[in-house]
Amino acid sequence: MDFELMINSFPKLIGATVITLKLLSVSLIVGLFIGLLFAILRLNKNVFINRFAYGYSYVFRGTPLLVQIFIIYFGLGQIEYLRSTILWVILKEPYWCAIIAFALNTGAYTSEILRSAFQTIKPGIIEAGKSLGISNKIIFYKIQIPIAIRQSLPAYGNEIILMMKGTSLASTVTLMDLTGVAKYIISTTFKPIEVFIVAGGIYLFMTFIIHNVIKFLEKRYSY
Amino acid sequence: MELLAFGDTGWGDELFRATLMTIAVSITAMLIGFSFAAIFTPLKLSKFKSLNLIANIYTTVIRGVPELLVIYLFFFGGSGAIMFVASIFGYNEYIEINAFVTGSFAIGIISGAYSTEVFRGAIQSIDKGQFEAAEVLGFSKFKKFYKIILPQMLRLAIPNLSNVWQITLKDTSLISVTGLVEIMRQSYIAAGSTRDPLFFYSFAAILYLLLTFLSMKLINRLEVKYSRGY
Repeated sequence: MDFELMINSFPKLIGATVITLKLLSVSLIVGLFIGLLFAILRLNKNVFINRFAYGYSYVFRGTPLLVQIFIIYFGLGQIEYLRSTILWVILKEPYWCAIIAFALNTGAYTSEILRSAFQTIKPGIIEAGKSLGISNKIIFYKIQIPIAIRQSLPAYGNEIILMMKGTSLASTVTLMDLTGVAKYIISTTFKPIEVFIVAGGIYLFMTFIIHNVIKFLEKRYSY
Repeated sequence: MELLAFGDTGWGDELFRATLMTIAVSITAMLIGFSFAAIFTPLKLSKFKSLNLIANIYTTVIRGVPELLVIYLFFFGGSGAIMFVASIFGYNEYIEINAFVTGSFAIGIISGAYSTEVFRGAIQSIDKGQFEAAEVLGFSKFKKFYKIILPQMLRLAIPNLSNVWQITLKDTSLISVTGLVEIMRQSYIAAGSTRDPLFFYSFAAILYLLLTFLSMKLINRLEVKYSRGY
């Protein structure tokens, strides 16, 4: 066991953790909006609209995240037309490509979580709101969304942890996130176990924090 | 379309073989995962706190650390570990283990952690009366497990195991970093040599969708079979 290497690599790995956390937070925020949008589309009565939303979540949940990143990073750059538009400023950066892929991926899972949460809301609650003369819009924002958020907290907590692990794939498109730096140190020192312990420890610590924050929120919003 | 032709002109046959490789790795990993689950599920349910702890460390660490990091550990550390064990027995030559073994082992350990949780949940949700009834009727421990607990456990576990299968199938794409030629690696090679990444990665996505779709159909059939009588 090479303790010196473990101590020396710790600051480098912590530095890389910042990138991991940035990737995670930005894609979760964007993904939450995408998820909410598609969950609402899924509940739409129009067959085409809800089929489209179902197709989106089916494709993104049925294919590996790695394929999604590669299509966006390597694939989209191939379209000549895109290169001439303003979008190219974003798409030529591996950082933004990774975020787009992560956001679309977590958006698909989040839409499923929110959809099932909306569907488990008892119709009586909505009817009660209507009989009190509250408008549909306010029922949706003030009654349905808060209940759905509470319902979906445990599943969403799992999704955050899965997404945190997913950000490790950013290292495949040249980004030096926690896994990327860990791999670099392993391949230069050939000490996989030591580096795994330190990098894995940092990931486990983040999992632990996320798990407890979600638990705390669940308790606070329980009724 | 000529890009997908079979033979020397296209990538059809290569991608077909790569798909078979993905299926082979997924099944091997799933089976390795089951054998890990067979060891760790009893530990999780054991009365001894220390045994619980061992099993909990396994499932928590594996489920809290990215799959890619686990794969790198096995990829870079696998042959070192084997050589260390071999050196104890007096064998000091360089040993290289192939990518298939490393890959399915790494994915298998990950899949095993999820399977362990599924089996634990399934056994715990079997009615307590079933265990007691088996004891009262004088079943031996072995018979009690195979004839009474296992069939009920499978019925409860299959829906969740199908999730584990999906996760495992998608995780095999990560083994491409070790150079094993499965769908992702083959698409990478094809994309590099034809300069058409959009087409090949999209085709890879379609292959994965096809695999998940077909396996779901199969698993649904199993589900119907095991829930007969309910």
